[in-house]
Amino acid sequence: MSEPLIFTQSRSGRSAAGQYPHEAAARVPEKLRRKKPAALPEVSELQAVRHFTRLSQLNFSIDTHFYPLGSCTMKYNPRACNQFAMLPEFLGRHPLAPDAVSQGFLECMFELQEMLKEVTGMKGVSLTPMAGAQGEFAGVAMIRAYHRARGDLERNEIIVPDAAHGTNPATATMCGCVVIEIPSLSNGDIDVDALKQSLGPKTAGIMLTNPSTLGVFERRIQEVAKLVHEAGGLLYYDGANLNAILGKVRPGDMGFDVIHMNLHKTFSTPHGGGGPGSGAVGVGQRLLPFMPIPVVARQENGYRWLDERDVPQTIGRLSAFMGNAGVLLRAYIYMLMLGRPGMQRVAEYAALNANYLLARLRAAGFDAAYPQRRASHEFIITVKRQAKELGVNAMDFAKRLLDFGFHAPTTYFPLLVPECLLIEPTETEAKQDLDGFVEAMIAIQREAEQEPQKLKGAPHTLPVRRLDDVRAAKQLDLAYVEAV
Amino acid sequence: MPFIPHTEDDVREMLAAIGAPNIDALFEEIPAALRTRELTGIPDALTEMEVGRLMRSRARKDGTPINFIGAGAYEHHIPAAVWAIVTRGEFYSAYTPYQAEASQGTLQLLYEYQTMMTRLTGMQVSNASLYDGASALAEAALMSVRAHRRSKSARILVPASVNPTYLSVARAITEGQNVKFDVLPYASSSGTFDPGSLSAFEGQDITAVVIQHPNFFGLFEDVDAITDWAHANGSLVIAVVNPLSLAILKPPGEWGSKGVDIVVGEGQPLGVPLSSGGPYFGFMTARMEHVRQMPGRIIGRTVDLDGKPGFTLTLQAREQHIRRSKATSNICTNQGLLVTAATIYMSLLGSKGLERVAAASQTQTDKLIAALTRIDGVKLAFTGPRFHEAVLRLNKPVKPVLAALAERGIVGGYDLSNHYPELGHALLVCATEMRTDGEIEEYANALREVTSDG
Amino acid sequence: MSSIPTNLKYLESHEWARAEADGTVTVGISDHAQNALGDLVFVEVPEVGRTLAKGTAAAVVESVKAASDVYSPVSGEVIAANEALSGSPELVNTDPYGEGWLFKLKPSNTAELAQLLDAAAYGKIVESDG
Repeated sequence: MSEPLIFTQSRSGRSAAGQYPHEAAARVPEKLRRKKPAALPEVSELQAVRHFTRLSQLNFSIDTHFYPLGSCTMKYNPRACNQFAMLPEFLGRHPLAPDAVSQGFLECMFELQEMLKEVTGMKGVSLTPMAGAQGEFAGVAMIRAYHRARGDLERNEIIVPDAAHGTNPATATMCGCVVIEIPSLSNGDIDVDALKQSLGPKTAGIMLTNPSTLGVFERRIQEVAKLVHEAGGLLYYDGANLNAILGKVRPGDMGFDVIHMNLHKTFSTPHGGGGPGSGAVGVGQRLLPFMPIPVVARQENGYRWLDERDVPQTIGRLSAFMGNAGVLLRAYIYMLMLGRPGMQRVAEYAALNANYLLARLRAAGFDAAYPQRRASHEFIITVKRQAKELGVNAMDFAKRLLDFGFHAPTTYFPLLVPECLLIEPTETEAKQDLDGFVEAMIAIQREAEQEPQKLKGAPHTLPVRRLDDVRAAKQLDLAYVEAV
Repeated sequence: MPFIPHTEDDVREMLAAIGAPNIDALFEEIPAALRTRELTGIPDALTEMEVGRLMRSRARKDGTPINFIGAGAYEHHIPAAVWAIVTRGEFYSAYTPYQAEASQGTLQLLYEYQTMMTRLTGMQVSNASLYDGASALAEAALMSVRAHRRSKSARILVPASVNPTYLSVARAITEGQNVKFDVLPYASSSGTFDPGSLSAFEGQDITAVVIQHPNFFGLFEDVDAITDWAHANGSLVIAVVNPLSLAILKPPGEWGSKGVDIVVGEGQPLGVPLSSGGPYFGFMTARMEHVRQMPGRIIGRTVDLDGKPGFTLTLQAREQHIRRSKATSNICTNQGLLVTAATIYMSLLGSKGLERVAAASQTQTDKLIAALTRIDGVKLAFTGPRFHEAVLRLNKPVKPVLAALAERGIVGGYDLSNHYPELGHALLVCATEMRTDGEIEEYANALREVTSDG
Repeated sequence: MSSIPTNLKYLESHEWARAEADGTVTVGISDHAQNALGDLVFVEVPEVGRTLAKGTAAAVVESVKAASDVYSPVSGEVIAANEALSGSPELVNTDPYGEGWLFKLKPSNTAELAQLLDAAAYGKIVESDG
């Protein structure tokens, strides 16, 4: 199964003319005029529809496959969220339209801010960051602004555990900070002694994910918070794993000063083949004056956006308008449908599914990376033993799972666990689907023992087999060129 | 339980397999003092029917006024096929194509997108998108600092005719890395940037010069002269463009004698609805020599084990998940679904269709200007050649005028008085191919009424 | 087992340095390092004329799954860079101690060479790396 490039289906003079507006002539001074039209496809409407529909069929997705991609929270994206966020009034609203014709939309945004404050235990929420990484940026920039506003100019060190997502150190660098990495203990907790040694007068803050990317809850979080605060630093909560604790424990109560939430994970907005995301940030009292703008406020005569004049110490604007509004609407609708009890069920059933899957895989002979720990909403299996004894690695298991109709878990992350599979089933999967995944893993283990070549050559049933990444990086082919 | 499939039997069997007495026991590692009590601030659950009723009532409050604002987001017709395909679950609910073999649909589409964007902008490489046009300018500024090995200043020249919000965003995002933006005034008579004013910077270490064309006022800049000056001065050139305008305008790859170095912009005009400001997508294209300094995902074509062509994420060593604190950017998720819309949109319209949309928008804007400037007290601020936006000067403050127009169901434009107080009571208006002659007349009648009251 | 020539000096971070007869120092990465990185797809070498302090990041070696900085084992001025690597980064994989060299320095402090690890000491580090 494969689909030719749309450019090869193009024929000069063909068009989807029903999409054209009425004829008009452009007026452009000669020296600024385009001389040669861009070589975009010339296809009929049906050709385009068929081409892109066929391309869609080459994808795995939540709607078609179990997608236990650790750290990404691939849960069901309710269709209602999409339908109601795409009502014509919302789609047609210009972002700079006057507040008088925006009250319905602003009310949704205000209530979303309030609900996110409640579930995170923070004092203020700004919805503008357009993805998790931008939320992280906003968080660290606020920490920097806070220290600067106090005249504490030396604080430029951000402490990051070695298990952290790559975005954490990358963000700290973007904010002009120096990254101090601290190790994790063999039980998955952070090394508090190493933390103590890293803290000092240059500490700006620490970035933590809790539960961590190792799939376990950081048990000494209160002690960590106390140490960092005593050293004059602030605590940043990376909300990547918020699904694990939603309704069970709030980052604000753990002592965090700032948090970003991946609405496309915890609040089930679509991942869209790699975006859009949304990285709303929540802050505690100390960082309220620095929030990115705009933020919605409720005032006597209705809702309005707060801007530079209302929040003079803001870190500024991060997008041309107010962030990914359509994503925010979807998250809002999702939260309304869950309601109070539903919100607390998220973490419960995410944890139930993860711990059940872990228990069954261990019973089937797989090695857990942290066997003495409870799983959070995700957990790590290591196939280091299989790699040594049978010569099959985590990548081989991942690729063979695709043949069994399961999207692969996250592989080779976190970097500290060799040959790892980071597995996150989410709360929306039924028991029989989890059982099916276990059966597949057992079958693959049997193959690894009896016919390892089957794993090495996998996948066998997909549109393509394993791709040559080395060639892709050495002989760069990043845009199509027609053969002459 | 909404979206949770477990039966009571399931829960019992699963807990037995885990060896836990109840679900609560799964959270035993969380210190008891931290455990959340009830979330009193969250309302009771609504059913799908109820939430639909609520959202429709909120939407009705905002209604569907006739829109005459552009200022970076433009209302164009979107073929029905675009979002019918975009919202297919296989695109909508997939993720970043880490498992290439199970993501060939998304990957091939992104490769086709990259190809279309390089052709539209006249450049050699494109990434798979950034968040939006404003943050794309910030990323381009950072990229120019990395790409320009000899320049030590991280100093970037920006004419004031660049979208002022883009400049604010670029400043906010690059502040930690000490990028300095020098804002240069536009010529007050023309509303465009005078390349002659660059001579004051001759011989100085300038990392890059930014050119927005058409500029924020909708006017055409002297792109050739600015590009050539920058290159002669050893600076890189960053173009900020509306992708739709490139159907009729010379692409940045052909500006001046050797073309620009980096092109960025807002992709929204290509099949993405206004939707209150997002999600949109930022695009970025560049010369091949700068590809390793590009931020964001890039897709490459390669072959599989059997020699069959296929697509994969490539040059990943630039990115945060590998390079961590030394990555080109912290960007991870981008705007894949919106790029899907743009790729389908460009395929349906083709270059001929895009040209018709651009030309029709320009024509309707001319009609709008003609209709509005017939009103006493409404004048065209700048008369030079333009694309599909124009600055009008009113004889009274803009804000109350816009409020009065909104009451009449018209969103009349963008008030420039905050960003450009020197322009007086200035209003930026736009008409795309969507605005009919009748709607333009309706606007003119309303504005006449509003500006003549007292 | 990876090869560790005894006539070279090493850094813990897997660079090697060779004192040439003409007083210059040639720098590359060890066989162990190239093996751990996998197929190299890109190598960035320092500009000729650049002055490096001992321990500064001077070059970058990149595979599809990793990218590593290469640190200068000694202080000095870059007098040559291996331009062949821009078209054939795989030379580092196939011949890490020969054709796959990265750059040559004119050392400013020859005493620094003596402070580097010898093959035996480096071999122990490689062993403990697993």
